[in-house]
This record gives sequence, C-alpha cells and structure tokens, in this order.
Amino acid sequence: MTNVIVSSPYVVQGSTLKRLMIQVIIALLPGTIAYAWYFGPGVIINICLAVLLALAFEAGILKLRAKPVMPHLADFSAIVAAWLFALCLPMHVPWWLVLVGIGFTMVAGKHLYGGLGFNPFNPAMVGYVVLLISFPREMTTWYLPNSVSGETLSLKEALAYTFGGADIQQWDALSSATPLDQVKTAVAQGITVSEIRLSPVFGEYGGKGWEWIAFWWFIGGLWLLATRTIRWHIPVALLGAVLAMSLLFYLVNPETYTSPLFHLLSGAAVIGAFFIATDPVTAATTDSGRIYYGLLIGCLIYVIRVWGGYPDGLAFAVLLANMCVPLIDYYTQPRVYGEK
Amino acid sequence: MLKLHHFHGGLRLDGHKAESLQRGLLQATLPERLFLPLRQHIGDHNKPRAAVGDRVLKGQVIASDSALICAAVHAPTSGTIRAIENYPVAHPSGQADTCIVIDVDGEDKAIEPIPPDLENLAPGELIELICGAGIVGLGGAVFPTSPKLSRGKVQGIDTLIINGVECEPYITCDDILMRFNAAEVIRGSGYLQRILAPRTTYIAIEDNKPEAIAAMAKALAEHPLPDTEIIPIPTMYPSGGEKQLVQILTGKEVPHGQLAFDVGLLCQNVGTCAAITRALEKDEPLISRVVTISGDNIAQPGNWETRLGTPISHLVELAGGYRHGTGGHLVMGGSMMGFALSGSAVPIVKASNCIMVMREETIPKSPGYHDECIRCSKCTEVCPAQLLPQQLYWHARAKAYERTREFHLFDCIECGCCSTVCPSRIPLVQYYRAAKSEIRAAQKAQFKSDRARLRFEFREKRLLLKKQQDEERRRLKREALQKKNASPGSEKSMADPVQAALDRVKARKKLAQED
Repeated sequence: MTNVIVSSPYVVQGSTLKRLMIQVIIALLPGTIAYAWYFGPGVIINICLAVLLALAFEAGILKLRAKPVMPHLADFSAIVAAWLFALCLPMHVPWWLVLVGIGFTMVAGKHLYGGLGFNPFNPAMVGYVVLLISFPREMTTWYLPNSVSGETLSLKEALAYTFGGADIQQWDALSSATPLDQVKTAVAQGITVSEIRLSPVFGEYGGKGWEWIAFWWFIGGLWLLATRTIRWHIPVALLGAVLAMSLLFYLVNPETYTSPLFHLLSGAAVIGAFFIATDPVTAATTDSGRIYYGLLIGCLIYVIRVWGGYPDGLAFAVLLANMCVPLIDYYTQPRVYGEK
Repeated sequence: MLKLHHFHGGLRLDGHKAESLQRGLLQATLPERLFLPLRQHIGDHNKPRAAVGDRVLKGQVIASDSALICAAVHAPTSGTIRAIENYPVAHPSGQADTCIVIDVDGEDKAIEPIPPDLENLAPGELIELICGAGIVGLGGAVFPTSPKLSRGKVQGIDTLIINGVECEPYITCDDILMRFNAAEVIRGSGYLQRILAPRTTYIAIEDNKPEAIAAMAKALAEHPLPDTEIIPIPTMYPSGGEKQLVQILTGKEVPHGQLAFDVGLLCQNVGTCAAITRALEKDEPLISRVVTISGDNIAQPGNWETRLGTPISHLVELAGGYRHGTGGHLVMGGSMMGFALSGSAVPIVKASNCIMVMREETIPKSPGYHDECIRCSKCTEVCPAQLLPQQLYWHARAKAYERTREFHLFDCIECGCCSTVCPSRIPLVQYYRAAKSEIRAAQKAQFKSDRARLRFEFREKRLLLKKQQDEERRRLKREALQKKNASPGSEKSMADPVQAALDRVKARKKLAQED
C-alpha cells in the first residue's frame, strides 16, 4: 500500500472561519435590536434585503469565476458584510439603493480583487461610500428615533417606502438630520454647542436613542473580545484616538467643539471600532500595526467630522487607513526569536 | 528552585499519550530481515563496510565514513548480508535510499565486547568511543553526537540541558525510557558532564509525566550528579524544541544564525544519554531504540525497544495489527511535525521515535479545499518563532520568495502551531516547506550557473590570451622574416623560390633518414 504524502501537522484545533463569522453576527444582534427598537422595522428590512442580495451576488460572481459556490456561501462572510453595510444606511431607503450598494460591496469591493482575503478595502465601506457620493439625498434622509418623534414607520409603511408605491413626502415630519449633522450645521452657523444641545434630538451624552444603540454595539464588541474573535488593539486605539482628539479640542473651546462623550456615542464610532475597522482582511495584521491603524482611523474620524465635508467620517477614515495597511504591516514586523 | 521563563505562543494540545503508556517497555522480536539505510543521520554519506554474502555479527560496523559529520551503522543482530540496494526509507519525499539488507539468523551472536576502562579515559577518548558507537541525537534531529560534543567542548559549555520534554502528541518513547531506564539516562548525563564540565545541568521534563519525573528523581538520588537539577516544565507545545527549551530554562534566546553552544548551552535528548551509557559501559553501539506505536488505527499501542532496520509492518504485527482494516496512514514522528511514510515496508531508523498509525478519516488524503486567509493573526499569536505566518503565506503563495526571506521564512521551525489554529484550515507549513525548498533549489541552481559562468569567462579569457600570444608570435616571426629578407644573403632564395623549396624538402628527407 502506498500512502499519498500529506504534510504535517495532522491536528486542527480552535475556531473556523464560519464560527468567527457567526460570532460577529451574534455580537451584532443586541445593537441591531436596539437600532430597530428606536428606529422601527426599516432597519430589519434593510438588513434582510442586503443579505439576500449579497448572497445572490456572491453566488453569481463565484459561478462566473468558476469557484466553488456552496463552501464560500457557507462561510457567512457575505452575510456579515451585507449586515454591516445595511447598518450604515439610513433606516428607510429605496430598494434599488440597497441593490446598487450591495452590488458595489460584493462585486467591486470583494470579488474584483479576488474574493475574501484579497480585497484591500473594506467591502461594506466601498459600497457605502459609492452610495454616499452618488445618492447624497437618499443617503442623508434620516429619521427621528421614536423616543423623540413618538412613532416610527410601521412594518407595512416601511415596506411600502422601500419597495416604492408610497408617497414618501407624507413622512417628512419624521425625518431629520442626524445629531452629528445638526451639530456640524449649527456650529458652522455660529451657534454654540450648549445652545445646540437644547434641541430635543439630544440625550444625556449623544443623540437621543443613538447613545443607547452605541451602548449595545459596545456590549456586542465586548462579546467579540471575550470570544477572541477580535483583539483589543484596534477598538482601543480607535476609540482612544477619538477620545483624545475630542478631549483636546473640547478643553480648548467647549462652545465650538462637542464633548468627548458626544463624539464617542454618536454616529459610527463604536460600531466602527468593534465591527468595521476590525475586519481582519483589510486591517493591519501585526499587533503594533493594529494600534497605528486604529489611531489613524480615530484621528481621521474626528478630523472629517469637525473640519471635513461629511457629518461622520468612519467610511472614509477606514478606506484611507486601508490604503496604509501594507506600509504599516511592513514597518511593524515584530522582533523575531533570536534577533537583537 | 529555578525561575522558568515563557516562550512566545505555543499550544496546549491533546497529548494522546495515555494510549501507548499502558504496557510499559516491551522488547520487539527480531524480524526475518533487517533493512538498514546507509545514512540514518544528518550529515555526510556512509560507505558500506561489508559485502553481499558476508556474515555479520551483532555490533559489527557495516557502514561508516571518515567524514566529520557522520555516524557509523552497526549490524543490529547476526546474520548474512543479502543485498545492498535501494529500498523505501523514512523520508518526507517518500524516496528510496541505499539499504543493507540482513537475513537474520536468529542466533543474535555479538562481537566480543571490550568494555573500556572508563575511570582512566580523557574526555576526548570518551567522545571517540561515542563516535565509534554511531550515536546520534535521538530526539529526532539525528545530528551525530560526537562532533556536537567536540564543538561544545571547544567552545565551553556553561549549562548542559538534558531534554526529556517530549512535547509532541502521541510520542511516549522518552517517557517510557525515563520510567524504565532512568539510571541509564542519569549515568549518561554523568558522562556528558565529564566530557563538557558544565557549571550546571538541567534535566527538563514536561509536567504531564509525573512517573518519569519520579523515576528520574529516584535514579538521580541513587547516582548523585554534581549541580544537577530535574526541572518539571509546564506542558506546552513546542517546549521540547531546543530553542524554546533554552528560552524556558534560561530566559535567553539563541541569537539569530547561531547555535545553542555559541551561547554556552548544549542540549541532549534523554534517549541519547541512555545510548551513551550503553556504548561506554557495555561497548554496545547504537543498534536499537525505543519506538512508540500509537494512533487510532492500531490495536494495541505501546512502546517497543526495537532493533534498527526492523520493518514497520513487523512492529504493527507486534502491536496487534490494524484496528480498522489494513488501510490508513503511517506517520513517522508525532502529529505536529511527523511526516507520512510511503508504506509499512519502511524500516525503523535512528530517528524513528514514533510511528503513528492513523485512519484515513483522521488524516485527510489531500488538503483539498480550504478557505482563504483572512489575516486574523491567530497564527501570529501561537508562533514560537515570533513570525508573521499570515504574511509568509501571502508571499509564499505569490511565490514572492525574496519577500518571504524578508519576513524570516528560514526562522520557521515548522512546529505546525499556525496550521493547527488557522480558522481557514490552510496548510500553512506546507506552503513554507515548499517555499523553502524552492529557494534552496534556486540557490543551488544559482550556484551552479555562477560556477558555469565563471568557467566560461575563464575559458574565454584563456582563449583570448592564446590568440593574443599566437598573434604576437606570428608578428615576431613575420618581423624576423622581413629582417632576413632584407639582409643580402637572402637574394638567392628570393630569386629562385622553387629551388629553395626543393632544398628544404631535401634537407628534411635527409634529416628523416638520419633519424
């Protein structure tokens, strides 16, 4: 009998790619539920639509690339990317917006580079940025949380909104800029931060509703850390950088610059720190590199929020940092055993 | 108590050791035929020292060479040499190598041993005896012991480390040896101390072997050695790797590009110590070793003191045969660093610490489909060499070999930790092995082509020089001729060249006749 030569080790141990992805999905649940709680069923519709479209795109393009379809679909990575992409969208968007965004996420963001593991840019952020630049009106029409407006769109209304056939003007009263956007506009008009904070959309620390959603993203993030799905370097560095930048300017002038807590609890800072910037494929891969990477994103978020053209800056910050990853990784190689 | 240090990464693995420890140390019977590869060590090739048809006795040298890094092979029992030809041997490539085949006569007759007068031997003479016994490192590396000791002696050894760690799953041969032959190991360590005169000696044993630790402590109490301590170390793969063990015991790292004795350390495996004791006290060369037979496809796992050259099929028979049919994979070594064998005809050699007999289901035939690397860095966390396996994989896969060297490919000790924890189940070590051999092959080719180029250039130069010399000679001749033509005595020949030619021919003929 002749054996086929296979190379050692002959042992496997620990998590699989699929299990890692499932951990991310589990960690996304509390924040997602909180998001839907405050902003209504539109959030869930977006996620479902995005996931279904992502799986369809993934299967289609794998077929075109003559790659095995089922093993790749079963790794859950498409679901995670679609879920994160959907969470970046305003709570009510037309279906074709999701289609275009997911198309860019899966095709341009992921498969044109060679699929999972080969994409230099965070696919969800690629899809999101394409939409943000191409469809600014749809992408900036946000709605109030029920804790402010007292109501959100019902499931039927949300479905009608998404799939057309509804006069979206009727819900104009419920729409509103995000707290970050309001601060930006107001500060630009010379209104002080303490005056802005009187607006009903603000809660204790951040935007009403938003601050609690951030809390639940944080809980999910702790789950990721506890299950060792991600490591601490990126979230700590990213949030640390946002905190340090915002504290510095807050101390300089608290009437022009909002508090550090407002920055941490508004927009995409927490979800970005734990779920988006930690995408291992596009993040730095060395320990110290991840710290630089997190710091870079944190600083860029603050810079874009305060001086840039957009109310929030996570997507651009992540994409810019993605470009620096090869450089960061090259220059942060750890000391090898036996080296001085 | 010695303060222990940590090495980077490592894994807690399911040891699978209990299975093969149930039945103590068994003696393997002699097979009908022994197959002894000429080379069972790392280093230069041996030449056969016996011919086909010769009768050989147990302990007789049958292959040796005078090269420095070399270890002789001795006949493990008495018999007749049947053939010297290629047979499948234990090698990762599955290739065949020259083996001396002995028809065992069953008498097991040995050459007359001459136990040396140990009391009066100098360290150098002890090393020579160890060399003569063909002893190599029995931990698996099979580096000849005598040159290692000579070099250690020259450089000066501060700390002698006796390695009884045995961290790899399935392997229990050192454990069993320490349980049943602790005295031989301790006395062997004593001879090493005589040779090397170290300041301290540590005997390191993983703490999952309490029986072995107890037996060794007892033996040490009976044969006390100076400044010697038995150190139980935490069970963590690959703590038995030389570099990792050095780090655990001393906190020092073996500097890049150097070896342990460059920093005053020398490691020897416990099996090697026992072999040294036998060689010095009984004049018995290395003709057998303890071999673990284990795995999920063997009926009765255990440890056998086995003569070198015994085919694995014979050991499988002794261990009760295959548990599930005849198929399955044979692996030499443990489940982390072992390699698949080409079949059960392969003989036991000096390196064979363990034969794993595994079911097809346990070890897939081909790596097949695997997910792609997502750079999660779990491999980095476990890498004892502190490398970036994910980056090495990226560059190795792209065949960017220059890059792989920048990322320290050759510092990889192939321990297998990265592959074990990879969530995408990528056979990382396989990629590194492939990249290493590609680079080595390219270096060899480069060396060859460089040499060919030098030779070619030298030849060109030589031809050019010859051409120039020829031209120079012709020029001188021409000039001489012109001078001669210009002189008055040449007018005649100028006037009648035909006559001159005839004269020359005549003169030559005349010369020929005279000869």
